[in-house]
Formats: sequence, structure tokens, C-alpha cells
Amino acid sequence: MAKLQLQGIRKSYGSVEVVKGIDLTVNEREFVVFVGPSGCGKSTLLRMIAGLEEITDGTLLINGERVNETAPDKRGLAMVFQSYALYPHMSVGDNMAFALRLAGVPKAERTRKVQDAARILQLEQYLDRKPGQLSGGQRQRVAIGRAIVREPRAFLFDEPLSNLDASLRVQMRIEIARLHRALGATTIYVTHDQVEAMTMADRIVVLNGGIVEQVGTPLELYHAPANLFVATFIGAPKMNMLPATGRLARTGAALVDLDGLGQIEVPVDTPVKEGQPLSVGIRPEHVSLAETGPITGSVEIVEHLGDETLAYVMLAPGRMITVRVAPDSDVEVGDRVGLAVRAESVCLFGEDGRALHVPSLRRPRARQAALA
Amino acid sequence: MNAPLSPAASVAAASATALAFRRKPLVRTGALLAPAVAVLLLWMIVPLAMTLWFSVQRYNLLDPSISGFAGFDNYEFLLTDPVLPTVVLNTIKLLGGVLLASVVFGTLLAVLLDQDFFGRGIARLLVIAPFFVMPTVSALVWKNLLMHPVNGFFAWVATSLGFRSIDWFTDLPMAAIVTIVSWQWIPFATLILLTALQSLDREQIEAARMDGARGFTLLRFIILPHLARPISVVVMIETIFLLAVFAEILITTGGGPGQATTTLTYLIYLRALLEWDVGGASAGAVLAIVLANVVAFFLVRTVARNLDR
Amino acid sequence: MTNATAGRRPSPLAYGLMTVLGWTAALVMFFPIFWMLLSAFKREIDAIAVPPLLVFEPTLENFAAVQGRANYFGAAWNSIVISVGSTILGTLLALPAAYAMAFYPGPRTKDLLLWMLSTKMMPAVGVLVPLYLLFKNTGLLDTRTGLVIITTLANLPIIVWMLYSFFKEVPGEIIEASRMDGAKPFQQFALVLMPLALPGIASTALLSIILAWNEAFWTINLTAANAGPLTAFIASFSSPEGLFWAKLSAASTLAVAPILVFGWMTQRQLVRGLTFGAVK
Repeated sequence: MAKLQLQGIRKSYGSVEVVKGIDLTVNEREFVVFVGPSGCGKSTLLRMIAGLEEITDGTLLINGERVNETAPDKRGLAMVFQSYALYPHMSVGDNMAFALRLAGVPKAERTRKVQDAARILQLEQYLDRKPGQLSGGQRQRVAIGRAIVREPRAFLFDEPLSNLDASLRVQMRIEIARLHRALGATTIYVTHDQVEAMTMADRIVVLNGGIVEQVGTPLELYHAPANLFVATFIGAPKMNMLPATGRLARTGAALVDLDGLGQIEVPVDTPVKEGQPLSVGIRPEHVSLAETGPITGSVEIVEHLGDETLAYVMLAPGRMITVRVAPDSDVEVGDRVGLAVRAESVCLFGEDGRALHVPSLRRPRARQAALA
Repeated sequence: MNAPLSPAASVAAASATALAFRRKPLVRTGALLAPAVAVLLLWMIVPLAMTLWFSVQRYNLLDPSISGFAGFDNYEFLLTDPVLPTVVLNTIKLLGGVLLASVVFGTLLAVLLDQDFFGRGIARLLVIAPFFVMPTVSALVWKNLLMHPVNGFFAWVATSLGFRSIDWFTDLPMAAIVTIVSWQWIPFATLILLTALQSLDREQIEAARMDGARGFTLLRFIILPHLARPISVVVMIETIFLLAVFAEILITTGGGPGQATTTLTYLIYLRALLEWDVGGASAGAVLAIVLANVVAFFLVRTVARNLDR
Repeated sequence: MTNATAGRRPSPLAYGLMTVLGWTAALVMFFPIFWMLLSAFKREIDAIAVPPLLVFEPTLENFAAVQGRANYFGAAWNSIVISVGSTILGTLLALPAAYAMAFYPGPRTKDLLLWMLSTKMMPAVGVLVPLYLLFKNTGLLDTRTGLVIITTLANLPIIVWMLYSFFKEVPGEIIEASRMDGAKPFQQFALVLMPLALPGIASTALLSIILAWNEAFWTINLTAANAGPLTAFIASFSSPEGLFWAKLSAASTLAVAPILVFGWMTQRQLVRGLTFGAVK
């Protein structure tokens, strides 16, 4: 299995730079997810690693060896495409054996390897069928099988689940995670779905506009986002954001004035300046409803999901927050409620979007994320 | 990494660079494109240049003694030729007649074939068949079997109904030719417009139906606007090909009677291969090329817009 | 086949009406061909009979007469050589070009493609004179070789365009997958692209054959007794030497039948090819 290192990777199409200098290390056997909105450069980055796109600047190292100029098939990587990219005119077995055939592997060995992969993915009975005769999920597995057969040093997944319907997606997510554990394979997985990122990753790389916003474990990103973008991107429903102004308080705490809605006291390490414009981030599960409170609002919409209930509370025109309440709560639309905020879980963000304070004691690592 | 590169490593480095250079697609695509491009370039440049050259020369194959630079004489001769207005008019009649017939009947047939009826598939095959008949065959079949004033099918129909039979190629030569050429091109228009119709979004039709549109209203406000673009494509493409109509005229009327069915293309042919007036014919050819280019400009623009879609 | 203009289920009246209209139109359009077909089986006397005969005693003598005339076989052979030859040559030239433009597009690709299409729009008559003279001086006049060359050039833009559009339909990711699997460019082409594009290549070839077979300008003007294909052969019937309608019909039927079948088979690709994709 391989360790990959990206050093200052850039990609430009003509005068347009889409990947603006990425430094990253993917350790052996790690499952790393590249996540971000459309156009953030995650697929481009993956394709550069695969060798399907040229790296404009920077160095890509696999196990310490520079591979910028190496052909895609010689890098020891295997890719699972978003559209599966199976060869429609070949049978499943031939699809999976194609790479081996090109490499001149003798037929007996090819068959054996294909059988092994087919067994792992439960594709044995489909080996003679053509891709067109399979369902989406089955084709997905063939695509994965094709990658496994090559016994690569690392797997690359390009949004493999986007073409599946919701229930199938959950099922395949579990299968991929199980596969990763069984094979112990270094994996880079690209998705725009933060749920996939949170559930599958050892570490997540959040990309936006060609740069890395933050790298960390799912829980690190959830509880200690480095900036506004990561805070609102990770987690569903989204973290509530309210504009506020800082006011001095006693040492170790800041008084945050929610611009007319009330004030909360937040325990901080570094003091905030008097009058400093801030954004206050608080996750829906860290707000609770009370009869009264320093902050009040009226309930606009209530969503009952069965295992939880979400209340959308309007604090003031244009300022609505989401509150996660107990599933058996009897809150109703129109109720006037008070809000209690769990101060220890509040995140404070400065004018530039960067986190000034996050709940955990570890400081967030922002742009440069090379874990040596 | 201070030690000098081992021989193996330097070879690897050199071949890596070579690989990178070889991987640059531009070099490869050049070689792949070259044959087709070179051949078309030659095809374009050489004959065109020669035509232009000849058009300013005094050059007649029947009388090799006449030679020398003619300046714009050939053009002057062409443009002041008393026969030219007739020829231009004939060309317009042919183009206009066939285009009108193609668009009108093409649209009607396309709408008709889009309906569900018994044996629709076979009917469609029968409707588009004429397009695949070679122009010489179609000309002769129409001239003899159908339009012959004595033994032709139309003659029989006319006399059975009490009319005199029409001697098509003497009395109505242009109409006859327009009919023959239209017969071949209506199927083309039908096929194109039918394809375009079937790409009409079903949901749009259903929304219009919910709004109460039916029959003619549907036709006028939804279908025809949708067909506007394909109709313009049909018109442009047909114009390009109709400017080149030749065999039908050659076989039926030979441009006559007189100049009644001589189009620009046919005139050039006559000048070139019957009168051997290379200079004069070339001047006419340049005119034809200019005309074709005007249409081609618009057609290429439409195609370009489609390539981006 | 969507039914853009029809209702969900046409009433029996509408269905009946459409059937009548549809078949009337079809029979009217097909009538000349039908009449030609019929006449091919008539004796000459029956062919020119007034009133025209729908019922008659069929005979195969016209086909025999046509077969017997050496000219016909020669002309047919010329047609075959020219159509198939120009198609093969054109496809060989077009395949690499279409491949390059479809899979390695550059900033100029679109312009190049449009330029190629525009060469098709040049009127043949515009270069009749120089080509006639060129052919005369290089001994290509009245040769099959000369006609193959001209026909190839005339059809090349369409072949390039059609192959390009079929190649573009092959999902790029499949080719990339084969790159990842270790396929060299030639292997990508031969093992992955060709099998997938084969139906498209076949229709392109058929369309090229149809266009070459029916081409009547160059084949008439640049040939005489030797290389004249069926278009020229039939054209030679145009001088009225006696009444020969039945034989003409027989010869025409033989000349037209195969192309008609090809045409029916390639209807849809034809739209794509002849409108340069401007109509989908």
C-alpha cells in the first residue's frame, strides 16, 4: 500500500487556475475524502493524482517517488469513475480482466484474480453478463472489482455513489467501508456529499475554490471548524450562524452581543476586542427551547423526522435558526419560545471567516495541513 | 539528495522527460489530422485558384490562338450577357419553387407521419424513398413514364378527365423541372422535420394541452415555432445542393427550350464543356462560388452554434 | 418514437382519418417509383400503352436484355468500385482525423471541423473547368481512379463529421478507464473505441456509399465510355432513340433498388450526417 504526498500542486487551464497550491499527505491504509462544493477542484485534483490530467506545478510523490511524468497505468493506482465507465461491449469478467490482459498476465492467473475479486464483491454469477444487463448497484461493484483486480497501491474513487438512488447509496457506503477495512487499502475518495465524507473518512480534506480549507478527522471538522466555510459545510442540518459583536467581559470569557437579540457569555482563551464584529456559530443540537430565556423567537416550521424533531425559530426578520428538539416534544408552529444556548459549544468567527474560538482545546489547522 | 544520479536514474529521468514530451497531445493530433486536412486543403486551393486565374484569362479550348490576360473582360461579358437575367431568374425560380414545396409539404408530411396510424412505419419508408433515387433515373422516369405528352401517365389522367394533355417540357419546362426536383427533396425535408418534431419535449405539449390548446392552435403556437430552426437548416442545406442541380436539366430539357431552363450552374456547364470557353465559364463559376459562400456563411454559423450545445 | 403531436389515444375517427391521409401521401410520393417498378416487368408495347396498364402479362425479358448488354455490367461495376472505393479511402482519411478531434480537442478543433464542412458547400460547377483540365492533362479523365478521388474529396467532410459525432458519443470516461488499465493509444482505439463506434462507422459507410452512388455531376462530366457508372449509363438513355421504356425501367430498378434499401436502413443517421448535426 502506498503513501501519497502532494507538494504545492497547482492546475491551470490556460490563464485560469483551478487548483491553487495544495499540500497534503495521505498515509498508508488511510481513507481520505476530498469534499467540497461543485467546482472546488476536488475531481481535478483526483485526476491529477491518477495521471489523467497534467500537473501544472508542484510535485506528486508516491512512496517517495516523483510520478508527475509517469503514465496513469504505471503509477500503481486504480480508479473507480463516477459513471463506472465499464466497457459495454465486454462481459463483466472481461471488464475486470482487461488491465491484466493488457499487462500480458497469462489467462489462468487472470481468471483466478477475477474470481477472487468477484467473490469479495458477490459478482460471481454475473461474470458472463454484459454491463447493460446489470443494475446500477451491480455495475458499481463491477467498477470496484475492476480496480481491485489490479491490486493497486491506492484506490481512487470519483463520486462513485452520485448516480445511485438514496437507499442504494447507504448500502454501497457500508460496502465500500467494509471493503476498505478488509483490503487495508490506501483510498482517496471524492464526493460533494458531506454525509459520505463524515461516515467514511479517516480524514477529510475540505476543498473550496481550489484551496484546502481544512484537513482533519470528521469529528475535528465537526467540532472545531477552522473557518466559516467548513463550519457551515459540514453537518446537517447546518450550523446556525448569527452576526454578533464582541464585548469585553471578565478574563476567560467574552460577552457576545447578538446584535439586538440578546447576549451570551462564551468561555474563551484569547480575549475578544470591544466592538469586534463576529459570527456566532452554534449547532442545532446545542440549542434548546425553554419557556423564557435571554433570546426569544417564534416557531415558524416544525419538522418531525421520527428520531428527532427540528424546529425553525425566527428570532428576527431574516434571522432564523434551527433547533434540534426531542422527538416527543410538543412544540408547535406559532409558539413563542425562549432559547438556551450551550455556551461551551459556541464557535466564534472573525470578520475574515476564520475561527477565533472553537469549543475543543485543540487549535484548528487551517490552510497548510501536512501531517508529517 | 546530493549524490550524483546513478546511470539508471539518469536514464529514467531522461526517458521520463521524453515520455512527458511524447505525451503532449498536440504532436500526435497533428499527424492524425494531416492527411484529411492536407487533402481537403489541396482540393480547395488548387482548383479554386485555377478558376480564379482562368476567369481573368482569354482561354478558349476550341481556338488555342486566343490567349492572354483578359482583366475583367470575362466578368463584363458575363454581367452584360443578355441571357444572364433569364438565367438568374431561372435559378431563383428553381430554388424558390423547390424550397417552397419542400418546406410546405415537408412540414405537412412530417406532422402527418408523426401521428399514430396504421402501418405508419412503412408509409414513412415510402415517403422518403424518392430521396434515394439517383437524379438521372428520376429525371428519366418523370420525363418518359409520367410526363410524356402521349404515353405518359399524366397525359392519360388529363385526357380521361377531359383536358388536353400538357406537353410539359415544351410548355412548362421550368415547372416540370421544379416538380421533379421537389419530388426528390420533399422527402429530405420531411425526414429532417420529422426528426426535429420527435425531439419536441412531450411535457411542453402536455402543458399546452392543459392550457386548452388543441389541433391548429397547437400547430401554430407550439409546433411551428419549434420547427422554425430546423426549417431554416433545411432551407440552407437545400439551397447549397439546389444550386448544383444539373442532371435533371441535362436529361430533360438540356437547358431549353431556348434558355427557359438554363440555371447558373447549367450555363457554366454549357460554356465550359460545350462551348469550351474556359475564361467565360470560370467567371460564371466565380459568381456561383460567391453565391454559395453567402449561404454557407449562415449555415456554418448555425452548425457552429449547435456544436457548442 | 414519441408522438409529439398526437393525443394520448386517438379516437377511432382520427385514427382512421390519419391512416387514410398518411397512406394517400405515401402512395402519391412513392407512385413514380412504383410505376417504374411495374414498367420493368412489362413488354415494351405494354409499357407505352394508353391507357396505362395496371394489369398485364409480366415478363422478365427486360432484365435479361439489360443483363445482356455489356455496358450495363460495366457501368454497374464502375458504380460499385467508385462508391466502395471512395468510401474506403474516405474512411481511412477520416478516422484518424475524427479520432483526434473527438478525443484530443484543442482550441482550433471547432474551427477546423467547420472549415471541413464548408468545403462541402463549394459548388461543384465552380471548379468544373480546372478539374476537367487537370484530369485531361494527367490522364485521369474517364478513369475509375479519377472518379474515386473526386468522390472521396466530395464526401470526406461528411464522413469526418459523422465519425466525429459518433466518437463523441462514446463516453470519455470509458477511454480514460482504459488508459488507467494500461491501454496505449492504439489499444484504446482498437480494443475499446472501435467496437463501440462500429455501428456508427457502419452507418457512415452506408451513407457515403449512397451519396457516391447517386452523385451525378462529376460522374457524368468526367467520364465517357470507360468509367461511366450507372448515373452516366442511365443518362445516356435520355436521347430518344425509339421506345424503350420497359428496358429503361428495368435498368433503373436495378440501379436504384440496393440504394433504396441502404437508404431505408440509415434514415436516422442520414439526418445527422446531412444536417451536420444542426438537427438532432
